Amino acid sequence: MSLIHTRDLAKVYQLGENEVHALAGVSVDIDEGEFIAVMGPSGSGKSTFMNVAGCLDVPSSGTYRFNGEDVSGLSADALAGIRNRSIGFVFQQFNLLPRTSALANVELPLLYAGLTAQARLPRALAKLEQVGLADRADHHPAQLSGGQQQRVAIARALVNEPKLILADEPTGALDSITSIEVMALLQDLNRAGITIVLVTHEHDIATFASRLLAFRDGKVLSDTRNIPANARDLLAARRDTPLPA
Amino acid sequence: MSFLATLRVALSALRVNKLRSALTMLGIIIGVGAVITMVAVGAGAQARVEDQIRNLGSNLIIILSGNFTSGGVRMGSGSQPTITEDDAYALQREVPAVQAAAPALRGSGQVIFGNSNWSTQIQGTTPEYFEARQWEIATGKALDQSHVDAGAKVVLLGQTVAQSLFGDADPVGEIVRIRRVPHQVIGVLERKGQSMVGQDQDDVVLIPISTARKRVLGGRQVKSRNVSVISVRIRDGVDMATTEQEMRDLLRQRHKLAPNQEDDFFLRNLSEVLAAQEASSKVLAYLLAAIASVSLIVGGIGIMNIMLVSVTERTREIGLRMAVGARGRDILTQFLVEAVTLALIGGLIGIVIGVTASFAIGHLAGWRTEVDLASVVVAVGFSGAIGVFFGFYPARKAARLAPIDALRHE
Repeated sequence: MSLIHTRDLAKVYQLGENEVHALAGVSVDIDEGEFIAVMGPSGSGKSTFMNVAGCLDVPSSGTYRFNGEDVSGLSADALAGIRNRSIGFVFQQFNLLPRTSALANVELPLLYAGLTAQARLPRALAKLEQVGLADRADHHPAQLSGGQQQRVAIARALVNEPKLILADEPTGALDSITSIEVMALLQDLNRAGITIVLVTHEHDIATFASRLLAFRDGKVLSDTRNIPANARDLLAARRDTPLPA
Repeated sequence: MSFLATLRVALSALRVNKLRSALTMLGIIIGVGAVITMVAVGAGAQARVEDQIRNLGSNLIIILSGNFTSGGVRMGSGSQPTITEDDAYALQREVPAVQAAAPALRGSGQVIFGNSNWSTQIQGTTPEYFEARQWEIATGKALDQSHVDAGAKVVLLGQTVAQSLFGDADPVGEIVRIRRVPHQVIGVLERKGQSMVGQDQDDVVLIPISTARKRVLGGRQVKSRNVSVISVRIRDGVDMATTEQEMRDLLRQRHKLAPNQEDDFFLRNLSEVLAAQEASSKVLAYLLAAIASVSLIVGGIGIMNIMLVSVTERTREIGLRMAVGARGRDILTQFLVEAVTLALIGGLIGIVIGVTASFAIGHLAGWRTEVDLASVVVAVGFSGAIGVFFGFYPARKAARLAPIDALRHE
């Protein structure tokens, strides 16, 4: 059974007089444990696809089954529940709550899952530790670097043990080394069994995925397998050869 | 998500934006403070008038001798005493609405103690006088019926008289001479202050009416039963107009007046003047409260304003919360709790400031202010209601955002 299963998925926006077909019949199956890079120029529909796949938006027509459940007809509250329990989001701009500690940011999904403070704390701390930021638990986002902020965001995405992580341009605001570090983290998570759907327009970032979906004009242009580059190896190599002065 | 957790989220959101929270609260603080202060000033003014009425005896009717017609010649009012001691007893006996009717004979004369003397008003009266006039005894005891029956030579001194003759010493038990007749002082009256027309009501001595008639005031009044004035206190809660009419009928009957004859007495209801004053002070109190309420409403609109700005400014935060699993009602409650918390904290600070300002005004301006518990309760309730009312629209606006639109908001 596929984790994500779509048939003829369409999304139409009304922009003034014009109808914009952001998605024009997308049929994709994504299995559990895959690492997928969704690519395409802006306006190709890749972001809309991610929003629908993440239950942030509902399709205009077509079928979408998430983990076997037809979600196209679910209420807003039911979708919120699915997002809370099964999907983790990572955004380009991190979207951390300002003036709020890293720990409290990571706890946020647990709060909406209805966990008590005592139950939240150890789980949030464990995830911060997993992304290597246990010692920064009480830092505010402004006191963290971009890479660290994105790792806090990844910890937040992980805290409810989701099946799927949706990452929308997660490296868009980071320098190249930090980008590779974040990709290494995502590859680690994928190896641990979490399905990852990554939206990017950078080819070198997409090379870390095992399957490439290219979008154009709201349709899937190509769907190809890829032998992923290993981000950890790349990091090690970079460290051995210092940048020319 | 539990309400407690929502409360914590809301409180931490307020903490994160300290300056904005404080500025928003300022409107409510000023509003609530103004309401409490203004109501206190208004209530103080009203209480002062009510006190004056109470001092006078609010249900007090004074009966005076009226026109006297002799052989077709109308004499001036009061030229001939027409009301009698027995009129007072009859009123007390036969009109159920009368609580106390006290006849009094008035005269003036010198009171001497040792080598000091004082000219004052001498009133001969009955024990009912204290009830009718709502006059308490400061020290010693009041007149009783046995003093009247026996024509005892006892006297109660008004504060002014006591002060003039005895200074700070206790006069009770001393002998004073009233118009050369020795009387034993049995008590001192409470201070009553000035009357409405500025007369010193404490410049008086009270003696039994029988003693006054036979020994002290003497003259023509010795033989008749006439008195100068009857003070009548009406029971609380009865209709003044009906009672006045009943009293009028009784007196006309007793004075054997034919239906075409004028009254030979006057009924004066002194509280009418004060009732008018009370009404005007009430209007003042309402006016003050109304003006202050406007500022409270302005404060509420301030909260709505800030909450709307806050919703717009925090749209991405709302989107993020929704993305990680917040439902519409979680967001609604969060913003509603934020607004109510702002309003309530502002309300509480406003109470402290309002009460302080009330006392400060009372102290500095010398006005009487009375902090009304009801106004405090209403102010808190009102500020909570403002929080809900003015917070609901922005909160619902936030809750209705589509998660994706909120997240993409620039």
